[in-house]
Amino acid sequence: MKLELRGITKKFGDFVANDSIDMVVEPGEIHAILGENGAGKSTLMNVLYGLYTPDGGEIVLDEQPVTFSGPGEAMAAGIGMVHQHFMLVPVFTVAENIVLGQERLRGPGLLDLDAARSLVRETAASLGFDLDPDARIEDLSVGAQQRVEIVKALSRQAEVLILDEPTAVLTPQETDELIQIMGRLKDAGTSIIFITHKLREVRAVADAITIIRLGKVVGSADPSATETELASLMVGRSVNLGVDKQPAQPSGTALSVRGLTVLDPNGVEVVKDVSLDVRRGEIVALAGVQGNGQTELTEAILGVGPSHAGVIELDGTDISRLGVRARLDSGLGFVPEDRTTSGIVADLSITENLVLDLVGTSPYSSFGSLNVNFLRENARHRVEEFDVRTTSIDRPVGTLSGGNQQKVVLARELSRDLTLLVASQPTRGLDVGSIEFVHKRIVAERDRGAGVLIVSTELDEVLALADRIAVMCGGLLVGVVDGGEDRDVLGLMMAGVPVHEARAQAADHHTVLGEADLDVDPATAVEPVPHPVQDQEEGR
Amino acid sequence: MTQDEGSRRPDAVEDAPTADRPTGEVGAPDQQPPSTSNALREALQSMMSSSVLVTVGAVVLALVIGSVLILVGDTAVQSTLGYLFQRPGDFFREAGRAISDSYVALFQGAIYDSEATTAERRVRPLTETLTIAVPLIFAGLGIGLTFRVGLFNIGGQSQLVLGAILGAWVGFALDMPPVVHIVVVLFAAALGGAIAGAIPGVLKARFGAHEVITTIMLNNTSRYFLLWVLGTGAFLSATPQVSPGLAETARLPLLLGGSFRLHLGFVLVLLTAFAVWWLMERSVLGFQMRAVGVNPEAARTAGMSVRKITVLAMALAGTLCGLAGAMQVAGTEGRLTGSVYGSIGFDAITVALLGRSRPLGTVLAGILFGALAAGGRIMSSRAGTEAELVTVLQAVIVLLIAAPPLVRSVFRLPAPGGPRTRAKEVAA
Repeated sequence: MKLELRGITKKFGDFVANDSIDMVVEPGEIHAILGENGAGKSTLMNVLYGLYTPDGGEIVLDEQPVTFSGPGEAMAAGIGMVHQHFMLVPVFTVAENIVLGQERLRGPGLLDLDAARSLVRETAASLGFDLDPDARIEDLSVGAQQRVEIVKALSRQAEVLILDEPTAVLTPQETDELIQIMGRLKDAGTSIIFITHKLREVRAVADAITIIRLGKVVGSADPSATETELASLMVGRSVNLGVDKQPAQPSGTALSVRGLTVLDPNGVEVVKDVSLDVRRGEIVALAGVQGNGQTELTEAILGVGPSHAGVIELDGTDISRLGVRARLDSGLGFVPEDRTTSGIVADLSITENLVLDLVGTSPYSSFGSLNVNFLRENARHRVEEFDVRTTSIDRPVGTLSGGNQQKVVLARELSRDLTLLVASQPTRGLDVGSIEFVHKRIVAERDRGAGVLIVSTELDEVLALADRIAVMCGGLLVGVVDGGEDRDVLGLMMAGVPVHEARAQAADHHTVLGEADLDVDPATAVEPVPHPVQDQEEGR
Repeated sequence: MTQDEGSRRPDAVEDAPTADRPTGEVGAPDQQPPSTSNALREALQSMMSSSVLVTVGAVVLALVIGSVLILVGDTAVQSTLGYLFQRPGDFFREAGRAISDSYVALFQGAIYDSEATTAERRVRPLTETLTIAVPLIFAGLGIGLTFRVGLFNIGGQSQLVLGAILGAWVGFALDMPPVVHIVVVLFAAALGGAIAGAIPGVLKARFGAHEVITTIMLNNTSRYFLLWVLGTGAFLSATPQVSPGLAETARLPLLLGGSFRLHLGFVLVLLTAFAVWWLMERSVLGFQMRAVGVNPEAARTAGMSVRKITVLAMALAGTLCGLAGAMQVAGTEGRLTGSVYGSIGFDAITVALLGRSRPLGTVLAGILFGALAAGGRIMSSRAGTEAELVTVLQAVIVLLIAAPPLVRSVFRLPAPGGPRTRAKEVAA
């Protein structure tokens, strides 16, 4: 089926989310839509999927103009969508989820689940994977849940499949499997609209690329374009994708974690006997798929969240029995994973957010009274230094873009003299320009002599920043490797494969994205930083 | 697929205390608030962030709805309805008369009585309004303070009662020199209120008990405690259910002489409102309380003790409500009675909401409620409109304040946030 979007415009009040967007998706084509967060990709897809009514323009399917008043009509017309956040009922089985909303009956009020089961098996087999129709969704891995979503869309005869940021939650190996599935779908004649902001994936799988910036189509590109070219189109100016940094010059231990075990509220071990060192002057990246204990590990270091056992030493002093305040005072800087829930207080001003964890100390206050003038001076200074784009320091921080909010958090944490900076997902949801800036500041903090512990689920970020990489899976520390480690090895380790085995396996089989590393163009190559590492810890 | 159940992070809703948690107050990680309070917190946030126009709109709309009720209750208007289609003019004339009579009487009773004979009587309504407003503002400041910390404190009544009991006892049982005595009375009342406020604060901070439940329960407890106290030996007087009168030295001096009830409390409440403003906007504690109120998670991450601030905020609110009790016993009443609390504890919630929990707003809202109460009496005697109309007006105001989108749609006001936030929702 050929899909055409002609002059699609969608406004929210004065804000134009989509400005007369034109796009053609040929049958059996993988068409990538590339754009930064907030560029209008999701809005466009929601228009296509019938969730929003466009203010102008038309959707044309096989030369027939169509209008959708809801997702039901879009699905009936052959458009399927796999949302970034899956729309599955966790306690239902795969087969039950597939038929949800289009239940076939074999008598009054009786579900024909056998038909559903065979439908699941057949569709899965045609795409080259197995799917147990009777498995419960909550028991499946994220990758398998995504495949359920794909099967669900195909079972509704989707000829155009929209994948919204499908790789955000996957391990590299899972991503590889997804790319293979996409290939089979394409061979079967299904068109795929692939929404992403990851340049590497786009180049690996797309047949055509449409780039959206600020609600407008700013160009289309060939998959052979370099990542730098794509990034420049996406951002609207030339960008440097790599991180310029000198080899690390570590000295002394900033953080030493020994035998750390963290229990979640249900008493389940989410971090299991982890030991890890971060030295002053080096960046250690904690890699892993979302939800494998990294968050809990950093929360234990800060002292919020569930109870924990084990020793946490900052600069040689045990801080594991101190409160949050005392830990911050002993030289810990913390950039939380979820900026909006833990990093900022949205309704308070930029000025106030910049001193959230400093406010009780001199010179920010004296005798319990805020030094308002000093706070404002501090805010003006920080806003300038960290290039926070705002019209006024008095604006509620919640009105800033994600990138600028993150700069506020970073500016605050770097206001103190740090022994250790812990930053979780420091660039999640940020535009390319802000990512560049944040990475630079993190490297600068390392070079100033602080230890830095980064938690990131983005391998690109891990590889760009890390001097050493610690990989976690299922609450265990799988292993610690050098910064320049092979992407495929890391991917396997993220799935729990010990380092030696991972290296052996990776040598046998390279993933699509891993292959891309081998013939990557020099302009974007991130040079692995060679440096001696003495105290490597191998997987247990 | 190699990774299994560990691939999704279980939502950390509440961390129950466990055995191997680090011991000691400092080391214990703050307990997260129960998720049930998030909805209330958000509702509070939206009420507090609604614009001044919405607040004014709510009052106007309440008066309009009140007019309808006036018409329904007016017998002359009802009789014209019988021949509405023959002579509609009669209906409109009568309706206009009924509404203007009522609201003019309300105004005369609340602000300036143009029908009174002496100058003193003419300005008396305004002083009455302010007198009634004093305890309302005190309690409203207290309730509003907890609102801003994200706590839905319904316990104004219990805090007021305990303050009144302690203040009254100091006032009639102890013998002290003039200025010292009233100061001690105020301190005692503040202490009583603080204790009543700290109890639900501690229960919340230590055990996660929801403050709405505990404060409502304490309201009932305090009522019966008051009745019991009035029956004990120390509080017995010639009249049952009434304590001995406070000593002259323990009374708040009148501001305008013997013919007006307005007392020094009015000055005190204005000073207190300023102090509360300073506390919230200019002090470290206030900063922390605001941060906890909007985003306890971020406050905790920034090293603030959410528990400590919860207890402090409740105790401070109790202090202010306790002072409202002092205004009753040392100001207008002069003694402790079984009904000393009136409906102040609950009206204060409305006052705080109407004032959007800001000190200046609370002062104005308190004065408005004082005016409604003072005017209601005159309205019923002069225009024959039931004084209950005032209660209805107050109730309608609360309903409208709680539903800002309704008021905005009636007056076609823009939604808060503007396109900027809408754009972000879209992008998300």
